[in-house]
Order: sequence, then structure tokens, then C-alpha cells
Amino acid sequence: MKGTNLGEFEELVLLTIATLVSEAYSVAICDDLAQKTGREVKLGVVHSVLNRLEEKGLAKSHLGEATKERGGKRKRYYTVTNAGKAALVRAKEMRDQYWNIIPELKWKGI
Amino acid sequence: MRGVNYTPPRWATRFLRWYCRPELAEDLEGDLHEFFQRNLALKGPRQARWIYILDVLKFLRLYTVRQPSFFYFLTHWIMLRSYLTTSGRNMVRHKLFSFINIAGLAVSMSVGLVVIGVLSDVLSYDTFHVHRDRTYRLISRYEYMGDKGNSFMGTTSLRAARLIHESFSGVEEMVAVRGQFQGDWQLGEKIVPLSGFWTQPSFFNVFSFELIKGNAATALQRPFSVVLTETSARKLFGDEDPIGKTMVFNKDRSYTVTGVVKDIPFFSHIKFEMLGSLSTLEIVAAEEWRKDAWDDVWNTWVYLRLPPKTDLADFDARLAQLSAQEDPSVPDTHIELDLQPMKEIMFSDSMGNQIGPVMGGTLLWVFGGLAFVVILSAGLNYTNLSIARALRRTREVGVRKAIGAMRGHVMAQFLVEAVLISLCALSLAVVCFILVRPHFLTIEPDIQKMFTLQLSPAVLVMFFVFAVVVGLLAGLFPSLFFANVRALQVLKGSSFHGSKKVTGRKVLMVVQYCISIILVCVSIGVYRQYIHYINYDLGFSTENILNLSLQGNSANVLKKELAELPEVKGMAQSMIVTSVGNYWGTNMRYPGNPLDTIGTGVSYNTIDEHYMPLHGHQLIAGRNFLPKPDSARETEVIVNQQVLKRFNIGGQDPEKALGDVLRVDQKDMTIVGVMKDFSYGRANDRSSRETIFRHDPKQARWLNVKIQSDDLIATYAKIEAIWKRIDPNHPLEARFYSDQIAESFSGLKATVKLAGFLAFLAICIASLGLLGMVVFTTEVRLKEISIRKVMGASETTLLFLLGRGFILLLLLAAGISVPLVVLGFEQVVFPNIANHAPINLGEMLWGVVGVLVVAVLTIVTQSLKTARANPAEVLKNE
Repeated sequence: MKGTNLGEFEELVLLTIATLVSEAYSVAICDDLAQKTGREVKLGVVHSVLNRLEEKGLAKSHLGEATKERGGKRKRYYTVTNAGKAALVRAKEMRDQYWNIIPELKWKGI
Repeated sequence: MRGVNYTPPRWATRFLRWYCRPELAEDLEGDLHEFFQRNLALKGPRQARWIYILDVLKFLRLYTVRQPSFFYFLTHWIMLRSYLTTSGRNMVRHKLFSFINIAGLAVSMSVGLVVIGVLSDVLSYDTFHVHRDRTYRLISRYEYMGDKGNSFMGTTSLRAARLIHESFSGVEEMVAVRGQFQGDWQLGEKIVPLSGFWTQPSFFNVFSFELIKGNAATALQRPFSVVLTETSARKLFGDEDPIGKTMVFNKDRSYTVTGVVKDIPFFSHIKFEMLGSLSTLEIVAAEEWRKDAWDDVWNTWVYLRLPPKTDLADFDARLAQLSAQEDPSVPDTHIELDLQPMKEIMFSDSMGNQIGPVMGGTLLWVFGGLAFVVILSAGLNYTNLSIARALRRTREVGVRKAIGAMRGHVMAQFLVEAVLISLCALSLAVVCFILVRPHFLTIEPDIQKMFTLQLSPAVLVMFFVFAVVVGLLAGLFPSLFFANVRALQVLKGSSFHGSKKVTGRKVLMVVQYCISIILVCVSIGVYRQYIHYINYDLGFSTENILNLSLQGNSANVLKKELAELPEVKGMAQSMIVTSVGNYWGTNMRYPGNPLDTIGTGVSYNTIDEHYMPLHGHQLIAGRNFLPKPDSARETEVIVNQQVLKRFNIGGQDPEKALGDVLRVDQKDMTIVGVMKDFSYGRANDRSSRETIFRHDPKQARWLNVKIQSDDLIATYAKIEAIWKRIDPNHPLEARFYSDQIAESFSGLKATVKLAGFLAFLAICIASLGLLGMVVFTTEVRLKEISIRKVMGASETTLLFLLGRGFILLLLLAAGISVPLVVLGFEQVVFPNIANHAPINLGEMLWGVVGVLVVAVLTIVTQSLKTARANPAEVLKNE
């Protein structure tokens, strides 16, 4: 299964990396996710997911410049790789397939 | 933030760097730092630091943890030989230091080994029972009139056992064991005394005692069945098959042997020579049996086995329910039941009514604590001396570092060295252990019955692990110290002094001497109490009185025979021997005060008319008992002053109390005399109890014989000869009263021996450490001393110069520890024991002086050697 499927949280993180473009490093991803999803996002979880994404080859990272507020430590910026983009598109397509076949009627009650 | 610059805890960051993969570390640290700053603003510094620490711990995951480098381990492995060689060379080169370290560690470790031995023995108790983990003992707590003072007892009532058996579900097996099956078996001419328990057929289901002959299911079914152990069977029947044989018990009924059980393993908390069927009691103790009282909780042990994963809380609740249901059957009494796991029985030394001797908890804690202190002391020696000698080793470490050793390698080297020394010490310690073992086993009679301290392979493995741990701990500090040595600094030749942290070493020395002095003072203090108690004025005289247990023989016959001995000056008989820790009690009421319907428990002894004059009990008013035939009814009582006080009889005027009637044991008894209070229980018993003497010659179980003789041994032999004529089957049991009192304080005596022994060890270790320190400092100052000498300093001045520092430290140690001991005795020990002797400061100071003299001798001999050294020899190379 590894490398083929995208978990829900993995997908969210990958999407966030894509939206943040050049500002995608762990803390920013964490904050953005928390803001958009409204759930509490733990740094440790984000870290392990980022690590996994990189292992799967869906994202890659490079170290940026040192800043003062991080005690002189450099940030690790993430970008979505081509494989990552493909995985995102595939996930979206799969969902769309389902969405397209749900009859409109079903949603009237909401 | 503003102004103050808060930082995350440094150790947490270091820990993160240590465990984290290098490629992830920087990023992670940055993230955590960012969060820390954020929390600092939001939640304040305290919480921010706290969250930081938690996060560091939370990041400890599989993907973040650094993989151990194979290469790193490989070098360790390759270098091991080098470590061993250098360590070995070092030990040989510095023989004195190696000796001090090895001897100190060996001596202290031998104590540790004894503790391990005891622990391993206690833990191996009852392990032969297959279902030990699921076997429990039903224990009970007796509460009368809401008095919660009693602790749990190992016993419970037969009634509780029966009710649980009948009404509780979820009990796999259960057995009741009733005490006091004791007496003489008669088989033809042969008489063999044996003891054991009454029990049920399920005994062999609950326990794993192996029945080698007979049917386990039925052997203990029928009345008057008895199961013997192999040894007892051999005693009675020799090599014959005992099954089906009958023999007579206590000249009364005859019993049939229905089984032979394999001899009881040494490590069994239940020990017996025979088992009788409990159903026998239905016949021989029919009255008691019919009563089936809920509060008869004194003589039955109940064991039960529960299925795996039983909810114990639920079981306890059911027991509480049972208590609530049964309590009303006995007025004013509450019996609380509980389960005790079988594994804990040997540790429950605070529990009364044990089925056999137990001695786990307290002994282990106290002894283990003391052993720890002594080992700590020896470990400190090692640390102390290693660092003191740093000067000589830093160069070696410098070279190692210069050619590429990492911190870890240096640490490993010194740890290996410490473990090597500790293993050498272990081999010596095992020898010490074997030498100490017999002394330890005989310190108290019970110890020998409980422990073997055998060296089994498991114990040896534990010894080994113990030695390695001690070595690692002792070597930890020096190894850290050496790991921090800077190669460049050392090799540049700047004189690197390992002895910078002199204060630390001084503190260690003071601590060691404090330990020694405290142990010495405690031994002296406890010894003083022991002497005080065995010579305590009990309120009567015990001089030259030989107490002789009648063991069921007629007192009159024996008295007649003994009276013919010229050395026997008087004889009395009594039910118990008082003041040696025996208590015999009953309930007493005073009808003269109708409001007092409950009465009180009194201690009593049943005596004859000769008892009081023989023991010098003093009557304040009234008269002694008058002679009466054995068959006469009990009508008179002599009370002590406490009884008058308790019931306010005659306005506490002894003369007016005479003739008043007390109700004792449902019998009316007239007060014929009032005696002075005496120590009924034991000299250290706080409770000044209400005590009475009763008069009933039938109750006699002891003969008190007053002897006046120049040759006590010969007299004893004569008495023994008479005894043999009257009772050839039982050996004479006679002890002098003063010996019995001393024996009743054998626990205290054992404490003195133990504390004294440990004090001796502590002094040895501290002296060894001191010797090392003195040798080291004088060696370092050899040149200085020589120059001083050339300049004209006298030997005395030099001696003073060298020794002053040490002697001041010793005095400091004495100044700290003596007040500590005095305070400890006054504040902690004395409030808990009654009738104690006051502290004898003089004696303790003598002990301190003794310790100091040994220390000063050590200092002086070594300093003198240096002070006398020929300065020309020392300085000729300069």
C-alpha cells in the first residue's frame, strides 16, 4: 500500500504545501491546517506526516535561511514533487467520480 | 520576553540533539524553539518550558531516533582489549589504591550479597505450589467496641471458611487449616511427640504437597485419620509401610495412618510433621465445634484459590457483605476480612497469628538500607580516589583523545576499569559472604529456620549483575570527569590539577565519617537499652529462679522429688512465666459499679500460694492465697493497683478494697490482697495493665524453682536426672528466669550485633578511604615538605601542617553526627518505646573517640613517613 494511496491527513498536508507555495515549512503548515480545518493539529503529527511524504517521494525539502526567532536554526521548506501532484490529482478525480454519480435529489433535504 | 530573555530548558535541547538524527535535528529544534517563543507570549515562561519538555519527549519516535553507528560499537569492541590492558596495568602499578578500592568494595559488597541472599530466599518461598499466583489467604481484623487498634491477623474463623465455601461462587479450591494438633503418639512401647495441623481433604488440592502414599482425595476425610510426613513416618514405623496402622494419641484415642506426604520443602511457609483430619475435631472438640463462633478468629488459617482474572475488589465487597451479615451474631464485635496473596505472606511480618515464622519486609528494608549506605561509602572511596589521582591519568587520556578517542571511548575505558575492580572485589566479597553467613544465620534463632543463603546459580548471576552495577555506578563520576579532559590543554604541559574540586572530596569524606560515627553511636545506644531492659527492675525478683515447663506432668509428683535436693530452696507453680512477653487475658467486671457493664480486659497469671513469696511480689494490703486442695473452686483473687484505679474500688484505698467481689470469667471472686504493680508483659511494654493473680493449682504449667547452689551445672544435672525418671519421653525444658528475659530481648540483641557489625565495616571503609586520601595528598606535597624541611621546619610542625585539614574534617563529622544520633533517639526512637534508659552521652563519645583515634593514627603514620623523608633524596633531581 505504501506509496500508492494518500491518507486523508496526508492529502491535507500535501494540499497545504501546495497552497503555501514557497512558505511551506512545518510550523506554517501546522498553523494553516489548524486554521482551515478548525481542528487541533499537533506539530509531532505534522512532522511525521511530512517525513512520510518525503519518504514516499510525494514531497521534497530543502533547508532555508536561519532566522532569529528559531534560535538561529534554519527552516526546512517543503515543495510538492511531480509524483505528489499526480497523487493529488488522482485523489481528486476519484472523489469527483463519486460526486458525479450521486443523484441531486438526495441532497434536497439538507 | 521584554528585558528577560527566557530560553527553553537546556537539558531538553541536549537530549533532543542526542537522540535525534542529525539531518532532522536542526529543523526540529527550530520548530520547537518557535513554538516555545509563541507559548512564552501566550502562556508564560513556566508553561512554555513545560510544553517544550513534553514536546521533546513526544518527538522521540522511531523515525527521529538516530541509528546507532555500527562503526562506533566496533571501535568499542576493538578497544576493549586496550581498556582491559591499561586498566590491569594501572591496578598493578598503584597497588595501594587498588587494594583500598578492592578491599573496601569487597567488604561492603559482602553485606549486599547477604541482602541478595535473603531476598532470593524470601522470594523462593512457596514457589513449589503450582497455583501460587492464584492462592490467597483469608485474613481478618478483630475489632471490639470500635477499637480499631488491632492489625490484621493471618487467621480467621472456621465459620467464615464454611460460609464462603457454601455461599460464594467463583472459588476454585478452599481449605481450612486449624492449629494445635500437637502431642505424643504411642505405638507399643515407643512414644513420639509430633506437631501439625487439622485440615480437610482439599489441602492437597490447594497446596502442592506431594502425597506419596495413600489417597489424596480421602486421606483426610474420616475422623481420626492422620497423614504423616516421610520423616515422621520413619520415626514411628521405621521402614514398615505405615498405611492403615493405628496408634494412640495422648493416651486417649487411636488414629489410623491414611497417608504419607513427602517431606515439606524448606522454603514453605507452612511446616508440619503431620496432618489430622479436621472432622476429628467434631468429635474431640464437640462443644467448640457446635459453637461455630464468628469471632473465634484465632486459630484457623484459610487458604483459597481463585480462578484467573478474578475481580478482587468485587471479592472484597462480598467479604464485607459477609461481615455485615455475621457481625450481629457477636455483640460489639466487627470482624473485617480480606485476602492476602500467597506471595506476600513471607513479607507480612507486621501481621499477627502467623502459621510459621515470617520475616520479610522490615528486615529487608532495614538491612537493605544499611547495606546501601555501606556500599555507597565504598563507592565514594572509589570515586574520591580516582579523581584525586586524576593528575596521573589525564596525560593518558590526553593522548587517547589526541589520536581520536571520542568522549564515549574515554568513558567506556574508565567504566571498564571500575567494573574490573568491582568484579575483583566480588570474588573477595563472595569469600567474605561465606565467612559471614554462619554468623548471620545465628544472629537470631528464627533466621536459621527461615534462610539458607545457599549459593544457587540464580543467586550467583544476581551477584554478578550486582557487582557490575556497583562498578558502573562507582565509575560513572570519574569517567564523566575524564571524558571532559581537554587533550590540548593536557598535552601542552600546563599542570592540570585533577584536585580542583577539593570541596567535593572533603564533603565525601565527612559523609563517610558521619556514617561510621552514626552507626557506632547507634550500636552503643541500642546496646545500652538492651542492658537496661534485661536488668530492669520488674517489680519482683527473678534471681536464681529456674522455670521448668511441666509439659503435662503432675506438679505434685515433681515437687516431691525436687524437694529432696538440698539446693532447692523453694518451689512455686504458675500458669505462665510473666515479663518475658507472654500475655494471658480475660474479661473482668466490677459488680460494685453497676454502670460499668462492659468491664475490661485484664492480664492474669494463675499461681499457687508459694508464688508471691518466692518471687518477692509485694503485697500492699491483705494476704497471700491460702493453701487449698487441687479440686477446690476458684474464689479468691489478688489484684494490682491498676485494677483499683480502673474500677475505682474502695476509692482506690487498698485496705478498703479487700473483701470486694470481682466477676472474672463469669465467676465471682473476692479480693483478698492488693499487690504492687509489676511489669507483666515485658520491660519495654508501655501499657501498665490491670493485672490479677488467680489461685488454681490445676492450671499449673510451669514450676518455678528457687535454687541456691555454688555449682549450678551440677544442680541442673540433678534436676534433669529427676525429670528423666518422671518423664522419659520429653527432654527437660528448664531455663533460668534471667536467661528467659534476655531471650525475650533477642531481637534487640540482634540489632546490636548487626549495627555493630555494619559500624565496623563502615569504619574499615572510611579508614581505607582516609588512608588513600592522606597518601595522595602527602605524595603531592612531598616537594613542598622537603623544601620546608630544608628551611628548618620541625617534624612536629610538618605533621601538624599535613594532618590539620583532615583532623578538622573529622571533628566536623563528629560534630554533625553525634547530635543527629541524640536527636534521632530522643525524637524518633524514645517516644515509641516505653521505660527506656536515658542516652548515655559519655559512652557514645567514647565510641566517637575510638573512631577518631583510628583515623588519627592513619593520618599520623602516613604524614610521619613524609615528614621524615630525607629532603636530599626528594630534591636531588631539581
